[in-house]
Amino acid sequence: MVTTLHDRDPIDAKISARNVSVFYGDKKAIDDVSIDIATQYVTAFIGPSGCGKSTFLRTLNRMNDTIASARVEGEISLDGQDIYRSGMDVVQLRARVGMVFQKPNPFPKSIYENVAYGPRIHGLSGSRSELDEIVERALRRAGLWDEVKDRLTDSGTTLSGGQQQRLCIARAIAVDPEVILMDEPCSSLDPIATARIEELIDELRGRYAIVIVTHSMQQAARVSQRTAFFHLGRMVEYGKTSDIFTNPREEKTKDYITGRYG
Amino acid sequence: MTDAADLHQQRIASRIKQRYAAERRFRALGFFAVAFSVLVLAFLLVTMTSNAVGGFKRTELRFPIDFSTGLLTIDPSQLEGPNAMQALQGAGLPDVVAFAAAKAAGDVAGTELADGAWREVGKRLITNPALLRGKLDTSLPVSDDLASAWRGEGSAALQALATKLKADGQLVRAFDPGFLTRSDATDPQAVGIWGALKGSMLTMLVTLALAFPVGVLAAVYLEEYAPRNRWTDIIEVSINNLAAVPSIIFGLLGLAVFLWIFPNFRSAPLIGGMTLALMTMPVIVISGRNAIKAVPPSIRDAALAIGASRVQTVFHHVLPLALPGIMTGTIIGMARALGETAPLLMIGMRAFVAAPPDGFTSPSSVLPVQIFLWSDEINRGFVERTSAAIIVLLLFLLAMNGLAIYLRNRFEKTW
Repeated sequence: MVTTLHDRDPIDAKISARNVSVFYGDKKAIDDVSIDIATQYVTAFIGPSGCGKSTFLRTLNRMNDTIASARVEGEISLDGQDIYRSGMDVVQLRARVGMVFQKPNPFPKSIYENVAYGPRIHGLSGSRSELDEIVERALRRAGLWDEVKDRLTDSGTTLSGGQQQRLCIARAIAVDPEVILMDEPCSSLDPIATARIEELIDELRGRYAIVIVTHSMQQAARVSQRTAFFHLGRMVEYGKTSDIFTNPREEKTKDYITGRYG
Repeated sequence: MTDAADLHQQRIASRIKQRYAAERRFRALGFFAVAFSVLVLAFLLVTMTSNAVGGFKRTELRFPIDFSTGLLTIDPSQLEGPNAMQALQGAGLPDVVAFAAAKAAGDVAGTELADGAWREVGKRLITNPALLRGKLDTSLPVSDDLASAWRGEGSAALQALATKLKADGQLVRAFDPGFLTRSDATDPQAVGIWGALKGSMLTMLVTLALAFPVGVLAAVYLEEYAPRNRWTDIIEVSINNLAAVPSIIFGLLGLAVFLWIFPNFRSAPLIGGMTLALMTMPVIVISGRNAIKAVPPSIRDAALAIGASRVQTVFHHVLPLALPGIMTGTIIGMARALGETAPLLMIGMRAFVAAPPDGFTSPSSVLPVQIFLWSDEINRGFVERTSAAIIVLLLFLLAMNGLAIYLRNRFEKTW
C-alpha cells in the first residue's frame, strides 16, 4: 500500500526512488519504498523510532556505504541518473547531496577551516580571496556570519550547540550542493536554537531541495511542504504536509498524527 | 506500621555504616599501594644516585708542570694540524708529565698516572701554545691501581701512598665531565658513556624510522580499510601475540635473518635498530589502533558527507586526532626498546667497542648492554661507573617520556 505523490500532486522530481529496499545483513530495514523528492520543497520524513527514516535518508547520498553489512536494492536517481550505478563517483555525489547530522559535528579546527574544507578538497576556489568569499557567503546563508565574523580563527567547537549546527549547515552549503539531507538536525538543541534552525531551513528552501528527518511532528508541520510517513520500514503515506496533518488517507498515519502511538 | 518503618530505617542505617567502612577501607588500601610504590621508587633512585655521584668522578693527581725550565723542546709550528699529538709524544711529553708527577708526589706516583693521562696536557698545549713558556697546574687521572688504593684496596704500599697524598691534598676525587664524552675502556678511570649513548641514539633512530611508518600504516589499514573477516581476526590475534613475545626471540630472529642478509654489520646500530623495530612495531600498531578507534565516528561522517575521499578523511581528520595517542604509544614502545638488552646480545652488540660509532653500520654498543657489561666486571671501579651509566639511561628515558608528554599536549585537541 504505497502511496506516492504522483496521483494527487505531480511534481518536478530532483531525486526519485523506486522500489528501494535496504538490508542490514539479513534484516530488512527499508521495504520497497518509492518516492519523488521535489526541488524547491522541504520534504519531511516522520515516523516512530526505528521506522527506517534515517536509514532511507542515508541511502540518498550513499552514506550507508560506510556500513559494511548494509545493502541497497532498487533504484535511486538524482536528476534521472542512478546514483548506485557502477560508474557513479561517491565523492561527486556527496558534493551534490550534502548532509547535516543529528549531533553537531564540526571538525576540531577553526570556524574558517570548517567551512573552507569542502571547497578546498573539491578545488572550488582558485585563490585565497575567492575562498574567503565562499566562506563568507556560506556563513551568511547559514545565518552565522554576524556572530562569528570576528572570530573565524576560533575553534568550531567553542561555539554553542545551535551555532555549531548552523556551522555544519554552512559547511554543507559551502560546496554548493543541490540537495541537503538533514538527519534530526534539532534533536540536540534547545527550543530557541531549534527555532533559529527552522527559520534557516525555510530561508534555504528556495535554493536547495531539503530533506529533513524529524521526530517532532510540529517541526514537520512548521518547516515542510511535503511529508512522508514511515512505519516499520515501509513508507505509509506521502503527500502535501497540510494534507497529511489535516486529512490523512491512511488509518496508521492518522493514529500517529493524533498521538495514538510513536 | 511505625515499627516496620523503624526497622526499615535501622536496616538502612546499619547498611550505610558498612558502606562507609568499605569506602574507607578501599581508600586506605589504595593509599597504601601508592605509598608503597613511591617508597620503592624513591629507594631505587636514592641508592642509584648516591652510587652514581661517585661514578661521575675519578681519582686525580694534582701537580704542577714547569715548562719554563726547557723540559720540552718543540717548535710551536708543530702544534698545528692533525699530527700535533704525535709531535708532542715524539718530543717526550709523556716522560715530561711523568717526571713532573714524580717530582711533586714521589717516584711511585710518577709511574701511577693513567696510561693516556699526558694527552690531556697535550690537548691544553695544542689549544694554547703559550703554556709552553710557563708553569702549568694539572690534575690528571691516576692508574686504576692507585684509584683502588684510594678505596682501600690493593697493595699496602700503594694504600699508604694514597693516604699520604690524600692528606696532602694532591690526590683528589674530581668531577669527570669526560665520562660523558669518552667510550668504553678496560680501565674504569678512563671509561666513558658517550659511545654507548650515541649507539643507543642511532639504534633508536633506526627503530623509529622503521617501526613508526609501518606500525601507523598497519593500524590505519586495519582500522579504516580492512574488512572484518576471519583473516583480519587472525592478523589481529597475531599482532597482539607478537607484542607479548619475549624479546630474546626477536634477537634470535635478528641473528638468523638480518645478520644472514648483512653479515658484515654485526654489532651495528642498523641491525640492532631493525631487530628492535620488529619488537616495537606491534606496540605501535596496537596503540595506534586504539587511538584511531577513539576518534568519534561523527568526524568521519562529517568528512565523508562533505565529499572527502577515504584517504582524505583519514589523513585530514582521523590521523591528526589520533596522533597524540599514537605518539604516546610509540614512545612507550621506544622506551621499552631503549632498555632492551637481550635481543641485542643475540646480534653481537656485546662486543668491546672503544670508539663511538661513526654511523649506522659501524660497530657500536648501547646503554643497557654497556651497563650489563660493566656490571659484569670484577674491578670495583666499575661499580660506580655502572650506576652512573644507569643514571644516564634513566635520564635518556625521562627525556623521551617528557617529549611524549609535550607532544601529546601539543597536538591534543578538545571538543
